[in-house]
Amino acid sequence: MSNFARARREQDLPIAAVMGASDGRGILAAVGNTPLIELPMSVKASGRTRLFAKLESVNPGGSIKDRPVARMLTRAIEAGRFAGGRRLLDSSSGNAGISYAMLGAALRVPVTIVVPGNASRERMERIRAHGAELVITDPIEGYDFALREAHRLAHERPDLYWHCDQYSNEDNWRAHYEGTADELLFQLAHQAETPPDVFVAGVGTGGTLTGVGRRLREVRPDVRVVAAIPETFPGIEGLKPLGHPGDIVPKLLDESLIDERIRVTLDDAVAMCNRLTRSGLFVGPSSGAFVHAALELAARKEYRVIVTVLSDTGERYVSTGMWSGARAPSARRSKAKRH
Amino acid sequence: MKTITVRIPTPLRAYTHGADEVRAEGATVADAMRALGDAYDGLLAQVLTEDGEPRQFVNIYLGSRNVRALQGMRTPVAEGDVISIVPAVAGGRA
Repeated sequence: MSNFARARREQDLPIAAVMGASDGRGILAAVGNTPLIELPMSVKASGRTRLFAKLESVNPGGSIKDRPVARMLTRAIEAGRFAGGRRLLDSSSGNAGISYAMLGAALRVPVTIVVPGNASRERMERIRAHGAELVITDPIEGYDFALREAHRLAHERPDLYWHCDQYSNEDNWRAHYEGTADELLFQLAHQAETPPDVFVAGVGTGGTLTGVGRRLREVRPDVRVVAAIPETFPGIEGLKPLGHPGDIVPKLLDESLIDERIRVTLDDAVAMCNRLTRSGLFVGPSSGAFVHAALELAARKEYRVIVTVLSDTGERYVSTGMWSGARAPSARRSKAKRH
Repeated sequence: MKTITVRIPTPLRAYTHGADEVRAEGATVADAMRALGDAYDGLLAQVLTEDGEPRQFVNIYLGSRNVRALQGMRTPVAEGDVISIVPAVAGGRA
């Protein structure tokens, strides 16, 4: 066969055959083992405190959600949950939905995501791009409506759907217990030569806070676990306010781990995201909220090492207008005007 | 004066005594929002900045169109129009 004929033949093959055996192991191996970076802080503001964060945007799905989804999905495959062509079903405001769609495509698992209609366009388009099905709910009714809709679909069509339910799935927090936390401890041992004094996170499903918090407390029983709590409206993407009547508390969240709750407004979180861009970091509002809370703790000058996570990338929020207020420094603009 | 309907997102229903939609009157979106603020104490501060513009991550739709893509808060309203207050935050509470 000539080279030309071989090339033509390959064009006709499914892409998986051209690219080699596609069992999804490659992309699964790319999940986790994220860098731990030290965030710059002024000595005046923080004293001797050092702040470290796991840069989760480098996961192939662009967020920390790849970790629990990889574990929940592989465990479900091993348990035969998708026998007979059943689809994976869950609700998501986007990041977990992207992870489900991406890893579902890699592992040949059909995926259906229930998502509120106000999820950012970037998220919806990526979920669709991976071939997942979207069930879009009324944005006025909020995220909890999408969550209830996923429960309703799973209850009505158990033959069609396996409900992964990231809010109660034990493999969610275990992914952080065995993965995120152990990586963090290993990296801190090299970079700071000590386990952390404080861990800052938020509560979406409760997986990160519960998994990392439990592991850190085994290593250091007096580690302080702090939850960043968003204002109620418009809220901060992916974070639950907790504490209000009617708030859904995720089943897997271990609230007994939380020593302190620090309230953060969306404006605080976005301001911190803009500040972090000056350090070369481009992260989403939940990451800004965590760093805002961490700096509030650092200002107490009581802790040597604070750790947190930078959950996702700021690129996921461009369509929300989040970055439209970010401008070059005024001195630079003035110079440009003189030309 | 035109009577319009304002749809209220779940986190703000505490201000409207649980109502998911309320009536307001005005000639523009800004008028309707002012009327809403007069009727429900504390609500407007959640939705608009001190300058009367939608807060960051808050969208106001007239029908299916974001007023930012129309004439902003000065967008005229017609009798029977529906305004929706929609956070650009899909995850988290409610």
